[in-house]
Amino acid sequence: MELQPISGLWALAAMAVKVVGMFTVLLLVVAFTTLAERRVSAWIQDRHGPNRVGPFGLLQPFADGLKSLLKEETVPATASRLFFVLAPMLVLAPALVTFAVIPVAAPLGTPVGVIDMIIADVPIGILYVLAVSSLAVYGVVLGGWASNNKYAFLGALRASAQMVSYEVALGLSLIAVLMMAGNVTLTEIIWQQQQLGMWFVFPLSLAFILFVISSFAETNRLPFDMAEAESELITGYHTEYSAMKFSAFMIAEFGHMVTASALMATLFLGGWDLPGTWDNAFWYDGQLISGFAADGAVILANPAWWKTALTFGGFAAKTSFFLLLFIWVRWTLPRFRYDQVMALGWKVMLPTALAYVMLVGGTILTLDEVGVQWGPAYGIALTAVSGVATVAFMFFLDRGRVITGAAAQHAQRVEVKTISLPAAAGD
Amino acid sequence: MAISVKVMHRPAPESTSYLRAALSGMALTFKHMVNPAAVTQQYPEEQTDLSPRWRGTHRMEVHADGRPKCVACGLCPTVCPANCIRLVGGEDDQGNRYPIVYEIDEFRCIFCGMCQEVCPVEAIHVGRHFENAEYKRDRFVYDLDRLMEQDHPVTLLWDPSDPRSE
Repeated sequence: MELQPISGLWALAAMAVKVVGMFTVLLLVVAFTTLAERRVSAWIQDRHGPNRVGPFGLLQPFADGLKSLLKEETVPATASRLFFVLAPMLVLAPALVTFAVIPVAAPLGTPVGVIDMIIADVPIGILYVLAVSSLAVYGVVLGGWASNNKYAFLGALRASAQMVSYEVALGLSLIAVLMMAGNVTLTEIIWQQQQLGMWFVFPLSLAFILFVISSFAETNRLPFDMAEAESELITGYHTEYSAMKFSAFMIAEFGHMVTASALMATLFLGGWDLPGTWDNAFWYDGQLISGFAADGAVILANPAWWKTALTFGGFAAKTSFFLLLFIWVRWTLPRFRYDQVMALGWKVMLPTALAYVMLVGGTILTLDEVGVQWGPAYGIALTAVSGVATVAFMFFLDRGRVITGAAAQHAQRVEVKTISLPAAAGD
Repeated sequence: MAISVKVMHRPAPESTSYLRAALSGMALTFKHMVNPAAVTQQYPEEQTDLSPRWRGTHRMEVHADGRPKCVACGLCPTVCPANCIRLVGGEDDQGNRYPIVYEIDEFRCIFCGMCQEVCPVEAIHVGRHFENAEYKRDRFVYDLDRLMEQDHPVTLLWDPSDPRSE
C-alpha cells in the first residue's frame, strides 16, 4: 500500500466521488433531520409524529419535498422580484458549502494512494467556515426586505442583529481553540486533540459552552429564534415565501444545524477521532504519521478501510448527538425576549469570551514556560483552570444576576385585593 | 358587587435559579422523549371500543329465508323526528305486509334510535358502526337491500351492565 497522497487522474476521480457523495449525504442528513425534529418533538409531547409514510415514517421527508415542488409559487405583488428570488439561494448555498472543510473520517488508504476524507483541506480552515456562514445573514435580510411585509422585515432585522452580535462571541470562543491547536485547519485541530490525548471539550470547557450557545443563536434555533418567533412575527423573514422557496429556507436552517453540529463535534469532541491512538493520522512532512516516538522519530500511520469506516461512524455519532441536542433544547426552552437576547450576547457572552481568551492564553503561556509537555498533564492543568472558569461563569449567569425576567424587575408581594365596582343598572 | 383579584407572586431574582430550572426542564423532556406516554390511538389499526349504546349506521334484520323482518306498519316513519325514513308498504297473497320501498337518508338521520325503540318486530336497528364514508352524496340514502346487507353489531338501547342508566 502506497502511503502517498493520491494524485493524477485518480485524485480527480476521488474528488468527484467525494463531492457528490458528501453533498448527497449532507442533503439526506438534512432531510432526515427534519423528520427527526418532528418525531422527537412528538415524543417529547407524548405524541407519535409522522409515522405513516414508509416504515416509521422514514419516507416523510420525500413526501414533504414532493409536496413543496407541487405547491404554487407566490410572489407578493409589491415584492422586489429579483431579490425575492435571490434570497433563498443566498441562504441555502452557504449552509451547504461550509461542510467542504470538515473532515469526516480518517484518511482512506487505497492501492493508488491515500484519500483524505475531506473535500477541501484549505489552509484557512476555520476562517473559511466563519466567512461563509456569515454570508447567510445577507439572504435572511434580503428575504425579509424584498418581501415588503412588516413581519418579514422585523424578522430579518432581528435575525441580522442577533447573528451579528453572536458571531462576535462565536469567533472569540474559537480563539481559545485556535490557540490550543496552533493552526486554523480543521485537520490539524483534530490532530492536536489526538496528540493531547484529550478532546478539547475538557480543557476548553467554557469555550465549548460559549460556542454551543452562540451556535444556537447563529442557526436561529430556539431559544434564540427571534427571527421566526411564530407567536409575534408569523414566521419572520420567510412569511411571504411558499413552495420550494420556503423549503429552501427550511433546508438552509437544517443545513446550518448539521454544519454547526459537525463543527462542534470537530472542534471540541475530536471530530472523527475515537479513543485510543490506533486511528491517529496526519500529514507531517509529506508522510502520513500516527504519532511521534519518545526520541522524536515519526511513527507511520497504517490506514485501513475499517479504520475509515469506524471513525466515520464516530463522527456521525457525535454530530447526531449535537443534532439531538438542538432538537431537544428547542422543544424544552421557551424563547428569550429580544432585549434578553441582546443582553446575553453583548453583556455576558462577549466579555466572558474575551476574559476566557486571556485566561487560556495566560495558562498556555505559563504551561509552556514551566515546560509542561503537550500531553495529558497539559490537558489536565487546562481542564482545572477551565473548570473553575466554567463554574464561576455558571454562578454569575444563574439567579438573575444579569438577565432577569420581566416580573423580577418589579418586586411583587402576594396580595388579594378586593375591588368595589359600582353596581350595574338593573342589579 | 366586589371582585377579588389575586396578584401573582413571582419569585424574587435571588431565589430563582435559571440554570437549575432549564436543566430540570431538559430532564423532564428527556424522560418523555425516551419513554413517551402512549395516549394517541393509532386509529385504522387500533379500533375504538364503541359503547354498547352507540347509535350509528342502520341495519335491517332479516328472516332465515332472507326476507326483511319489517312488516311495513309505518311506526318508524311516523316517530322519526328527522323525517328521514321513506316507507311504501305492500301486501302479498297471504295478506302479509312487507316494505316495497324502505329508504333511510343517513344525512338527515339524527341517530336518536327511536325507530329501533318503536319497531314492534325488532326489524330496523341502529348499529354500533360509524365508518360509512362514501364518495357520492346519493350513496347516503340507504335502500332496503343495503340496509339488509349491513352486518355490524346492532345497538343495545340500554347498557346491560347498567340497565337503568344509573
